[in-house]
Amino acid sequence: MSATFDTIAGIISETCDIPREKITPESHAINDLGIDSLDFLDVAFAIDKAFGIKMPLEQWTQEVNEGKVSSDRYFVMKDLCSNIDSLVAQKV
Amino acid sequence: MRLEYFRMIDRVVALDSAARTITAGCLVPEASPIFEGHFPGYPLLPGVLMIETMAQAGGWLIMAMQRFSNIPFLAQVKDAKLRSFITPGQPLTAHAELVHEGSGYAVANGRLFAEAALTAEAEIRYRLVSFPNEALRNEMLTVARAIALPEAFVHA
Repeated sequence: MSATFDTIAGIISETCDIPREKITPESHAINDLGIDSLDFLDVAFAIDKAFGIKMPLEQWTQEVNEGKVSSDRYFVMKDLCSNIDSLVAQKV
Repeated sequence: MRLEYFRMIDRVVALDSAARTITAGCLVPEASPIFEGHFPGYPLLPGVLMIETMAQAGGWLIMAMQRFSNIPFLAQVKDAKLRSFITPGQPLTAHAELVHEGSGYAVANGRLFAEAALTAEAEIRYRLVSFPNEALRNEMLTVARAIALPEAFVHA
C-alpha cells in the first residue's frame, strides 16, 4: 500500500475514531466509513496540512451533486489517494 | 457590543492581509438582559459569547480576505480555553489569525484579551458558503463599514 494511503488512513482513523484495520483501499469514505460532512472538514484540514495542498472539495462536491461523476471518483480511498498524489505532483 | 443582536465587534483596529490577522475592539455593555440571568446579582459575559466574539473577529477577517465573496459560518470550536471572567463595562481586544484557507472551509486561531490579559483562546473552524441572498451581503457590508473595516477590503 502507498505511503499516501497510509497517511490518509491514519488521519481518518485518528480524526473519526475509526479502527485503522477497517479502512481499506476499496472503502468509500462516506458510504462505507460513515464520515459525515463535519468530520470530513477535519479530515480535509489534516490532509491539506499533511500534504501542503488545498484539496478542491467544493469542486468535487459540485461535480458529484451535478451528476457529472460518481462519488466513488473522489471518495473511494484508492481514488482519493490518487487525487491527492496528483495534487501533490502539481504543486512541485 | 450589542449582545442581544450578536454584534460583538465594535471596531476593527488593525487588519494585516500579509500576516492574515485582525485586531478588533469591543466594549462589554454595562447593562444587558443577558446579565439579568447570567447571573442574578453577579453579571458575567457568558463563555459562549467570549467564543462568539473570537469567531466574529475571525469571520470579519475571512470576509475581508475574500472580499465578501463568501460568508463564514461557525462549524467547529476546538481547544477553547476560558481563562477568566469578563464583567460589564470591560473593554476587550479580539485577535484572530487565519491559519488555513481550504476549499469551502477556513481555520482561524482566536484570542480574547481584557486589557493585556489573555482571557480566552480557541481554534475556530468555519464553513464558507456563498451569501444566501444579496440583502444579507449588503447588510454585512454596511456593518463592515460601521466597524471601520478598511475600505480596501470592502467591495460592494
